[in-house]
Amino acid sequence: MFRLLTRRLALIVPTFIGVTLLGFLLIHSIPGDPVEVRVGERGISAERLAYFRHELGLDQPLWKQFLDYEGQLLHGDLGRSVVTQESVWTEFKTFFPATFELSVCALAFAILVGLPLGVMAAVRRGSALDYGLIGISVTGASMPIFWWGLMAVLIFSVALGWTPVSGRIDDLFYIEPRTGFLLIDAWFSDEPGAFRSAVRHLILPAIVLGTVPLATIARMTRSAMLEVLGEDYVRTARAKGLAPGRVVVVHALRNALIPVVTVLGLQVGALLGGAILTETVFAWPGVGHWLVESVQRRDYNVLQGGTLLIAVLVMLVNLGVDVLYGVLNPRLRH
Amino acid sequence: MSPLLEVRNLTVDFGSFHAVEGVDLTVAAGEVLCVVGESGSGKSVSMLAVMGLLPRTGRVAAERVAFQGADLLHATPRGRRRLIGREMAMIFQEPTTSLNPCYPIGWQIAEALRAHYAAPRAEIRGRVVALLGQVGVPAPEQRVRAFPHQLSGGLNQRAMIAMAIACNPALLIADEPTTALDVTVQKGVLDLLVGLQRERGMGLVLITHDMGVVAETAQRVQVMYAGQVMEEQPAAPLFAHPRHPYTAALLDALPERAEGKPRLPTIPGVVPGADDRPAGCLFAPRCRFRTGQCDAERPALRMAFGARVRCHYPLDDAGQPTGRPA
Amino acid sequence: MSATLAVPRSGLFRRLLENPGAVAGLVIMVALIILAIAAPVIAPHGPAEQFRESFLTPPFQQSTFPLGTDSLGRDILTRLIYGARLSLLIGAVVVALSLSIGTMLGLAAAFAGGALDVAIMRLMDVLLVFPSLLLAIVVVAILGPGLTNAMLAVAVVLLPGYVRLARAAALGELTREYVVATRSAGAGVLRLMLLVVLPNCAAPLIVQATLGFSAAILDAAALGFLGLGAQPPTPEWGTMLADALQFYQRAWWLLAFPGIAILVTVMAFNLLGDGLRDALDPKLRR
Repeated sequence: MFRLLTRRLALIVPTFIGVTLLGFLLIHSIPGDPVEVRVGERGISAERLAYFRHELGLDQPLWKQFLDYEGQLLHGDLGRSVVTQESVWTEFKTFFPATFELSVCALAFAILVGLPLGVMAAVRRGSALDYGLIGISVTGASMPIFWWGLMAVLIFSVALGWTPVSGRIDDLFYIEPRTGFLLIDAWFSDEPGAFRSAVRHLILPAIVLGTVPLATIARMTRSAMLEVLGEDYVRTARAKGLAPGRVVVVHALRNALIPVVTVLGLQVGALLGGAILTETVFAWPGVGHWLVESVQRRDYNVLQGGTLLIAVLVMLVNLGVDVLYGVLNPRLRH
Repeated sequence: MSPLLEVRNLTVDFGSFHAVEGVDLTVAAGEVLCVVGESGSGKSVSMLAVMGLLPRTGRVAAERVAFQGADLLHATPRGRRRLIGREMAMIFQEPTTSLNPCYPIGWQIAEALRAHYAAPRAEIRGRVVALLGQVGVPAPEQRVRAFPHQLSGGLNQRAMIAMAIACNPALLIADEPTTALDVTVQKGVLDLLVGLQRERGMGLVLITHDMGVVAETAQRVQVMYAGQVMEEQPAAPLFAHPRHPYTAALLDALPERAEGKPRLPTIPGVVPGADDRPAGCLFAPRCRFRTGQCDAERPALRMAFGARVRCHYPLDDAGQPTGRPA
Repeated sequence: MSATLAVPRSGLFRRLLENPGAVAGLVIMVALIILAIAAPVIAPHGPAEQFRESFLTPPFQQSTFPLGTDSLGRDILTRLIYGARLSLLIGAVVVALSLSIGTMLGLAAAFAGGALDVAIMRLMDVLLVFPSLLLAIVVVAILGPGLTNAMLAVAVVLLPGYVRLARAAALGELTREYVVATRSAGAGVLRLMLLVVLPNCAAPLIVQATLGFSAAILDAAALGFLGLGAQPPTPEWGTMLADALQFYQRAWWLLAFPGIAILVTVMAFNLLGDGLRDALDPKLRR
């Protein structure tokens, strides 16, 4: 277990350097350097241009620029937004809690619904429930979630009026961002109804974002459970005279979780990708929304820094999944 | 007094395949019954049916299945679960896959206890350690925390036995308990089973394909072939005078009986599958005494020379078929 | 030779036809191909044709516009039919690009081993760290929005899957005796790669390519929706959804039909891919 962890940690370093190098090269392959972009069409004297280029380190050879960039990163400096002049890290910190809150709720929804559905479908293999679940998981896995989000708004917000159309909370509330997680901040604020409003805003985007992982988890749980239910130790558990529920949950599901967790880890990248679309549809002020805007504004510093942070996040989550996998699987632990 | 386990006319079908056909079986308290047969003869399936452990595809029908006089056939699932694991327990062929890889063996044994008795944690823990000691697991205090993948097959099978006897069952069903083990530990596990059976006065049903195991353990023997009981009699007379040609052939194939012969005798042919079941005697295609009647008519189980035999021409003391037209 | 090959293939097709999902996927795929090819014949109007007197006509009311019209008075059905052309084109181009480049990189990694292998696989690890849509957005941001660049971006995103599969399959095949035999008979590396090893690891690649079709169509539609893919007035389904944003609360049909088109198409390729996987090799299921 310890060796597994150190090996994974050792792999993270080259991957991180690769990620930064790729980001660096991609941004540098944009035609026209940042000085020209900033100066625009107006034209500028050659001396001034050279001065700016020197100031930004652009007259250095590429490898030197990359090393400088790495040095900046190690000091936690991701550069500044060209548009707002705010540091990329500060902006990320303001937007990230919204994305985190949305993603966690979406994943929780996907797990809380998908796991029991998968288990029930496997236990009642060939039943109407089973076929229904297969249909849902095939549809869910193919769902264009930006469309699904808009349809959900159309049905539940516009036609039925159950939930608000967009945003994180009603405009009439002002919640001091203490943790940045609106559910928590609203819960501890003295504004009556703020928490309720935050929940009402969150529910639809979370369901929409959770749809694809839900389909994947349900499908994976079903097939893992089908395999595990045929194992000898499940028969042993039944031979002890245990109640069927205990056999399924304590003995079968515990083993089926091992492959499901692996798949869950792979879903995190897809979840963050989906968050970009969901945030755009629901005008959710998160990282995805921020990145899409940075593309439209050609704010490459934000795009580069934000993408890098997301990649680091994915790497950390993958590491966490590896640890969880080791915890779940005793055969890896010893 | 009613027998410990009584099974009458048990049939198990998987689709159109008859895995078990009309099997009768009784076990008295404290008795060792060996069920012998090749793989696919239905010996495990009939016991799994009694325990209610068959997969859902298996269809079970019987005249009577009773444990200590109580009907099992029409028992509610809950009522059946009260008996299973407590009054009758079962161990399986593959100890390592029969234990859950995610839990320590001590936990798994404790679960068997907790399923049927409410007792304080410390007491259960003490009992688990004592049980592991009884089944001959060295250093049981440490082994309770071991996972199945850390133990050998022999130790895992001992842990399985500890789990099965945890609640002092009146009947233990052992399904090929030594087949998957190394030859060197087979005898130890077998001796343990027989010792426990004597000590506790348990009924023991030992399912095996190994006549050597039968010779060492059995009081009574039931020989199965292709889902049917072919012969049943006490162990000593069975080994002295097998009454069914199939039993005789099985005994002839034992190496210690084949001394002096240039080659070990075998039984030609294979057990009939789902598609090629003969209309007459199921063993007829492989029987050296086969006649036209064997192909035409399936024999019933009947008494001959003090044994129950399913053969038109049961063997006499000289091993020759009786009543067979020359 | 051909006879021995024909037996498993017909078996494959029969097993595929036993899977109702795969059959449904196949039928939809064939229907889409026919629609795409015959679009000018089947479609009631031109894809950019504007009917100034009928903006936002609801569906199922006028036989001239069965699925209604959009805010510029264009027939939705017509645009959907022409959109099928684009979606299949996107799928084909993306899969062709990522399959060919990915397979070559994977085979090269497997055959060369050593530093090249490490370099290629590290690069793929790096690509996999980025959420695929984000990576596609970054690539499009650099190359500039547009259908061609969106296809390139999606092809880059899908690359690692093919590289890993091809490498793993090739490594598996390389140790087999027939490869060792061909090698010792003096076959060149390129010949060995393309004529001996590749056909034998084709099964997982075919499955991945089919599933890649659906991923490509879905990602390209997402880019179109974000305004980074095909640009209006191209009748690309994702772009049509982006166009609908302004009016969808009043005119649901602008939203519903292009989305259903994407969903059904993506589902068809997913079903077909799953069916192919099961039919080609039951062991691949896990």
